[in-house]
Amino acid sequence: MDPGLIGQYILNGLMLGVIYAMVAVGFTLFFGVLDVIKFSHGDVVMVGAFVALAALFGLQAVGVTSPSILLLLATAAAALAMAVLGALIARFLVLPLRQAPPLNTLLITLMLGLALREAIRLFYPNGSNPKPFPRLLPTDSYTFGAFSLRLDSLLLLVTGLLAIVIIHVVINRTRLGLAIRAVAQDPETARVMGVNFERIVMITFGLGSALAALAGVTNGLYYNEINFGMGLLLGVIGFSAAVVGGLGNIYGAILGGFLFAALQTVGAVWFSVPAYKDVFAFAAVIVLMAWKPTGLIAEKSAERV
Amino acid sequence: MQRPINLFASLLLFMFACSTAGAKETVKLVFIGPLSGGVSANGMGGRNSADLAVRLRNADANSKYNYELVVLDDECKPNIGVQVATKAAADRKIIAGVTHYCSAVAMGAVDVYHRFGLPVIVWGAVLPDVTYANDYKEVHRVNGTMINQNEVAAQFMSGLKYRKWVIIHDTTDYGKGHNKYFSADVQKLGGTILGTFGVTADQQDFNAELTKIKELQPEVVYFGGLTPIGVRIRSQMDKLGVVAAFQGTSGIVSDAFIEGLGPLAEGTLAFREGAPAEKLPGGKFFLEQYQKQNYADGPEAYGAFAYAAASLIMDAIEKVGPDRQKVMAELNATRDHQSIVGKVTFDDHRQNMVPLITKFVVQDGKWVVWEDSEYAKGKRKLPRAR
Repeated sequence: MDPGLIGQYILNGLMLGVIYAMVAVGFTLFFGVLDVIKFSHGDVVMVGAFVALAALFGLQAVGVTSPSILLLLATAAAALAMAVLGALIARFLVLPLRQAPPLNTLLITLMLGLALREAIRLFYPNGSNPKPFPRLLPTDSYTFGAFSLRLDSLLLLVTGLLAIVIIHVVINRTRLGLAIRAVAQDPETARVMGVNFERIVMITFGLGSALAALAGVTNGLYYNEINFGMGLLLGVIGFSAAVVGGLGNIYGAILGGFLFAALQTVGAVWFSVPAYKDVFAFAAVIVLMAWKPTGLIAEKSAERV
Repeated sequence: MQRPINLFASLLLFMFACSTAGAKETVKLVFIGPLSGGVSANGMGGRNSADLAVRLRNADANSKYNYELVVLDDECKPNIGVQVATKAAADRKIIAGVTHYCSAVAMGAVDVYHRFGLPVIVWGAVLPDVTYANDYKEVHRVNGTMINQNEVAAQFMSGLKYRKWVIIHDTTDYGKGHNKYFSADVQKLGGTILGTFGVTADQQDFNAELTKIKELQPEVVYFGGLTPIGVRIRSQMDKLGVVAAFQGTSGIVSDAFIEGLGPLAEGTLAFREGAPAEKLPGGKFFLEQYQKQNYADGPEAYGAFAYAAASLIMDAIEKVGPDRQKVMAELNATRDHQSIVGKVTFDDHRQNMVPLITKFVVQDGKWVVWEDSEYAKGKRKLPRAR
């Protein structure tokens, strides 16, 4: 195969991978800090994208024309709105159920996801139709033989990776991160040491959800289209990625995200019917889970998140 | 004591006579199409057009009945389609239906109509199997099928000296049908199919498929599917730098396709049965009346067929009365019936025989009939044209 084409496949895989990893990191954060699985996460990604789109129209209506300012403000609005939504979900749906069986949290967040999806479908103007997402990034492209690199894809890739690195730094290098890790390790002791448990949980959920909003905007800019149902598959893939990598471990989530994207790409190249690529990727996930039930990078109970 | 009762009875009789003379009997028809989801623009256009036919008939003093159109949304999903079809068919007050734009939905719903004995006329679905794979006397179709569509497409594209195709189709009955007929037709004419890619109808990412396609270097990418993924594929083709002509089917002939792509839509080819509304025999009248009603959306590609289907049903009801069996028999026997889409004649499978297929190309953000376009005149060139 032409090396240019191999490069192209790798780039496609990386783009998918960075989106999946951003979603998977959210799952892993929530699980790390509270041992819960929040199934509405994929739909938070979708709502984030819609908030960004609405913000774009709002900003355009008040006369902002510069694409970079539009994009920065809209992304900030989406991230902020989703951070608040995430914190609210933690405060009112997840924390009150702490003493209940984990199945209840799973169920309640699953229902919330459905509610978010239907709310966008019903209340966003003409929400049941796919919405074109404006092309705001420079579209210059560089071609090397069969390989073509678009500046917008490159920017998205770098931004996504940067966001994951920032989350990583926040968790490992800041006082806030220390508190998050403390809560993850042992909530009771952390509390005794003066950590405001509820606040830390809400902040963690906010952080993960802001990252989800960024994933939503990236998705919109990459495909130039968003729709109310896009969070469903993204959520399932993000969750699988987090589990394969090892729930609770941030490196595991990143690894899982890129691994899933690689599986999908390989699946699409291998099979003559590309529709089988998801079947292939999920089947591979099942095999991996059978081989390593705790994930590729198993969560060490002493240092998670 | 006899008298007051008689008086009362005659009074009742008088009132009854007055009421029937004053108001006509109301007859219900059903319209089913995709009113939400990716192809809803076509569904709304069809609904408005059927509604227009009903309104015009109700305004006509000579009509014997007052018609009421019940509108149901099939969301272009087979499971929803079967639900709403059952709902309509089970309602005995509904005499006939103007049903379905999406072939996959129509395939599921025709069984329901047959079981409940509800005569319907399909107004947009183009899969041949909707009429040809069964012998249901209930099911009729005014628009043509993808058999004619792809025959013309293959001849036309070969005429433009294209030789190498790659096919992307969705894996519903609709997409598979297009793949089957086009592949066969184009190979008969000496064309080569370099690769065939079946994709799911809600797929988001086509980069892997398109990278493979880039390697195959086709002259034309043939797409058998509907607008939403058509938009995605065309836009991702551009991102990956796949340079080839983009050839679609009737499934992408919609304003939503152009809105979704903007300038990227330029040069897209597609084929559709019938002709643009303004070139149809009754097109001028139809468009004038449509404008007068101030609908929020345009009639789209298949509006005229929905109008013709509704009119055909109401003509039958006027003639034989609001009875499903009689209406069905009357529709079965349709020969050379004048309609705005030309003469309608149903064959032994109740399929209208419309040989007319129109070729379209997107030029400056509009679907333009090929013969009127600057591409045909040589002023503009399609990608990889010889």
